[in-house]
Amino acid sequence: MIHIRLEPRLSTPRWVSWASPVVSIILALMVGAVLIAAQGASPIEAYAAMYRGALGSGFGFAETLVKAIPLMLAGLGVAIAFRMQLWNIGAEGQLWMGAWAAAGVGLFLYAAIPMPPWLAILLMMLASMLAGGLWGAIPGALKAYLNVNEILTSLMLNSVAIFWVLYFVDILWRDPGGLGFPNTAPLDKAIWLPKLGALLFFLPPTHRVHLGLAFGIIAAAFMWYALSKMQWGYEVRVIGLNKRAAGFAGMPIARNIVLVMFLSGALAGLAGMSEVAGVAHRLQRGLSPGYGFTAIIIAWLAKLNPFAIILVSILFGGLLVAGEQIQMTMGLPASISLILQGLILFFVLAGDVLSQYRIRFR
Amino acid sequence: MNEAFIIATLAAAIRAGTPVVYATIGEIFAERAGVLNLGVEGMMLVGAVVGFMVGVNTGSATTGLLAAMIAGGLLSLIHAFLTVTLYVDQVVSGLALTIFGTGLSAFLGQDYVGVSGPQFAALKIPVLSQIPFLGPILFEHDILVYLTFLLVPLAGYYIHRTRPGLHLRAVGENPATADVMGVSVARTRYFYVFVGGVLAGLAGANLSLAYTPGWIEGMTAGRGWIAVALVIFGFWQPGRAMLGAYLFGGVQSLQFSLQTIGVVIPVYFLGMLPYVFTVLVLIIATQEQVRRHIGAPAALGIPYKRGER
Repeated sequence: MIHIRLEPRLSTPRWVSWASPVVSIILALMVGAVLIAAQGASPIEAYAAMYRGALGSGFGFAETLVKAIPLMLAGLGVAIAFRMQLWNIGAEGQLWMGAWAAAGVGLFLYAAIPMPPWLAILLMMLASMLAGGLWGAIPGALKAYLNVNEILTSLMLNSVAIFWVLYFVDILWRDPGGLGFPNTAPLDKAIWLPKLGALLFFLPPTHRVHLGLAFGIIAAAFMWYALSKMQWGYEVRVIGLNKRAAGFAGMPIARNIVLVMFLSGALAGLAGMSEVAGVAHRLQRGLSPGYGFTAIIIAWLAKLNPFAIILVSILFGGLLVAGEQIQMTMGLPASISLILQGLILFFVLAGDVLSQYRIRFR
Repeated sequence: MNEAFIIATLAAAIRAGTPVVYATIGEIFAERAGVLNLGVEGMMLVGAVVGFMVGVNTGSATTGLLAAMIAGGLLSLIHAFLTVTLYVDQVVSGLALTIFGTGLSAFLGQDYVGVSGPQFAALKIPVLSQIPFLGPILFEHDILVYLTFLLVPLAGYYIHRTRPGLHLRAVGENPATADVMGVSVARTRYFYVFVGGVLAGLAGANLSLAYTPGWIEGMTAGRGWIAVALVIFGFWQPGRAMLGAYLFGGVQSLQFSLQTIGVVIPVYFLGMLPYVFTVLVLIIATQEQVRRHIGAPAALGIPYKRGER
């Protein structure tokens, strides 16, 4: 039997830190190729189709950006919590709650009270952040005050949230004119999130990229500032690293746990709003194909760095578009993109070890 | 409520709880060795699809079950390699395993949705099923249900009363001491993570070959996660965890039995019940652990690095 031993490195060579994600992606694609070949399709053809679909055309890249928006918002959300060693894996449910609240404001409040469209959009944003935030604050408060494992509670609340929202989509808010499709009536066009249009001059003029992209970038900038320039960001890190030490230093631990989980959920909620107001323009089944779960991988791959999260989100947005593409053109299951996500994460996790340790065989 | 209704509900609770019993016992073994594996959901899904596929192609539910156990075990080795050999964070590795397993099961099973396959039929146990009240609750099920009646006491006995069980607990509580005692921490952890994977695979096949025969994408519906929660509820004890799984099964089957007696609650709220139940159970169990000073295995989640003791 071969024995593998890991020896700590004294310093990490620079090539290791950039080679690790690149090699990981290549290895994941290679394993993916085996699976595609096992389905009787040509991996080269499939990857070529994936590339063409996601990046090979202006329209494809625009769709990649559209998918990247909810991913980056939710990814930033889970990253804030991860900074404090809080495992919020409830972004999916928080996103759905945000979408629900935004749709409620857009469909009913806007119709009931006359207001300018920009105000309605602002209220939709606030409502979604409040709903997602409170949904995240529940596991936060349970963790802070009763020491209940937040991984499991945040996850369980995903299913509760989705059932809750579907009750509205299918029954209470269902559009009677929807031809049997379970969805709400469309939002008034005036309160759709504006398309970025000619601002993104490098994309074809009819692209669907909307203002949500700006939300993501602004949120990333805020998060970077709060976590690396403010006293509060320092507290979050210390509490994450050592609760006892933070307690002795007089940092308010319980309050920060609830606050961080609220902010985390609020960003995921905003992702839900941006899907409702920017893409679907209504609340519907299948609004999120699991953005909240992919966000976890993104946050981790980006090493919780807010700007890296934006870039990794675009990469994963491309992966989702590519998955749909090969489903349509080659009849391969779109689940290949989920498999690739898992594989990339496996290889990156293993690769990170190499940046800290040397491998010795004996 | 009459007796027949109570009997039917309790029998359904046991059938619904059984897959979760397997997954929970498996996770207890892994966690007792100090390895948290959040990949249970993914391993169950792959077990469900592989068990069903092999079952369909061989026509034998038993062969399918064995294949599912192997598939679950193999998947768990990824987690063991990453966390035991490479010291990767157990939470993230487990999440990756669940995401991977979810995708893989959907990928493998795409041509098997709606196909009908073999299944484990109910076997009435001759004398025991004649016992009034308890007989029909306990002894009119398929073989997988009966196996848990043996597995759970054996697992409890193994953990607490045997030498390998002592080593298992030592590795989970204090790996450095176990190492000095001459127990290989890495080998022990690999083995019990693998046992957890085998049982998770079995749990998945229990769904696709017995409880709800057939394959549907995502058919575990969070049961793997509920198993992880029930380990906490069960204080890492097989017996108490089994009770938790049956409680879950009761809540699950209540959805159907309430409808049959005409209680009108929207299906959406009935669907939420198991998850709300799990959150409540976690809250209660955590408070009890604090009160009684019971905790997780001390080394749970912490990689063992020999040089850094």
